[in-house]
Amino acid sequence: MISPMPECDLLVVGAGPAGVAAATVAAERGRAVLLLDDTPWLGGQIWRGEQQKPTNAQAQTWLNRLARSGVRIIGEARMVGLEGPGRYVIETPDHHWTIQPKALVLATGARELFLPFPGWTLPGILGAGGLQTLVKTGWPIEGQRVVVAGSGPLLLAVAAGLKKAGANVVGLFEQASPASLARFGTQLIAHPDKIGQAFGLRRQLAGVPYKLGWWPVRAEGVNQVERLVLTSGRQTLTVDCDAVACGFGLVPSLELPTLLGCLLDGEAVAVDAGQQTSVQGIFAAGELTGIGGNDKALVEGQVASLTAIGEHAAVFPLHRSRNGWRNFARALGKTFKPRPELLKLAEPQTIVCRCEDVTYSQLSGYTSWRDAKLQTRCGMGPCQGRICGAATRQLFGWGMESVRPPVLAARVASLIPSDERI
Amino acid sequence: MPEPEVINVTVNGQRLSVPAGTVAASAVARAGLVGFRAPVRGGPARGPLCGMGICFECRIMINGQPQVRSCQVICREGMELRTDDLANA
Repeated sequence: MISPMPECDLLVVGAGPAGVAAATVAAERGRAVLLLDDTPWLGGQIWRGEQQKPTNAQAQTWLNRLARSGVRIIGEARMVGLEGPGRYVIETPDHHWTIQPKALVLATGARELFLPFPGWTLPGILGAGGLQTLVKTGWPIEGQRVVVAGSGPLLLAVAAGLKKAGANVVGLFEQASPASLARFGTQLIAHPDKIGQAFGLRRQLAGVPYKLGWWPVRAEGVNQVERLVLTSGRQTLTVDCDAVACGFGLVPSLELPTLLGCLLDGEAVAVDAGQQTSVQGIFAAGELTGIGGNDKALVEGQVASLTAIGEHAAVFPLHRSRNGWRNFARALGKTFKPRPELLKLAEPQTIVCRCEDVTYSQLSGYTSWRDAKLQTRCGMGPCQGRICGAATRQLFGWGMESVRPPVLAARVASLIPSDERI
Repeated sequence: MPEPEVINVTVNGQRLSVPAGTVAASAVARAGLVGFRAPVRGGPARGPLCGMGICFECRIMINGQPQVRSCQVICREGMELRTDDLANA
């Protein structure tokens, strides 16, 4: 079957806050917009579950605007590669298409940074955002003893969410130092609503032990996690638990922008004042351009989209807010940057690549990601380095040199050029 | 027609009712299982990590199809979930 080739003014990849905002404002101005997401849901990870159970007013406002705007939405759709400049191959469980939009907004978001420590592969140890997401979709947590550990403002929100869902949150451990957080606090003056949010979360966590400057060193258990050992550098503490929610912050999901040739600025996609990447006609918004949360994503999504469709007058009033959130993102990155001790937690036998079971000792001695991949199969399993790639970047300083299509495991049929398909 | 509030699935052949909107990974956990897939070089079974379809640690067999990311699949009536099939190991 030859698939139809939908033409559109704007193609948006990723239906989190940035993608939803980008798609909505373009469609509201009469443009033909196609919005894709890898999942069957709208709202990305941060607004996960809002379609079923509304809890967040901002999410509801945007999801309602999206629903009214006339955006064509395709769920369980992934952009797997390109078939020539500006011709993108899209795959769903049943179909594939080649789409040629006038402009493209990438809003593929972020994922958690996991740093390997002994025992981290035991079942029951999940990402902080990972456990939160699963609890929103039926994961049994009631009455479970949960330790929340790692880094970043997400931990507070996760701990509060887990407590509300009936978990017994036995401790919340943030690796950033009290001094570092105090500095961050003074910068929040520019974003008073964030201060309110933080105080609100702390109130919800009354009675939960909350320690700054503590981090996990080892997890123990036979078939699943039974306890977590933590340290402050001077003291250690062992906490019995049924589950651990552990993430060391977020990292942008850079595979697609890298594949499309967008230049990076450090660990984020480089963009200009209009959110355009180094590639003409390709824009990036949200966590891709630096981890900053949903307010930054919403404004960047609008700026990207309005610039892409040439509505420059509408962009101008958004610049000030966007720049403010960019500064917030920079402060966030500085405050919650993983401390050097976290990069020394892995022991020789600790697994770093969970797909191919490659240990830390097998990886030491290689000088690049490519070398390590070729010799050890690190990063060559089903996740294609999505977990260990970010970890080895931190541990060994290796960068992702190139991304080759398909971005994710794809069906062979999707990879055959459209003019050769039967 | 309103969506049913409870969905019936099987986990390794055992019947289980879960709330509508539950993902397959959560159904497996609700069945009391902690291990989802066998690691390639042995050792204790693995369970979900990222919860968002990135890490592939939660792969199980769903309706006869191996290697499906269970955190990305919403339970449907009659769905068969297996963590014990060798083809999935």
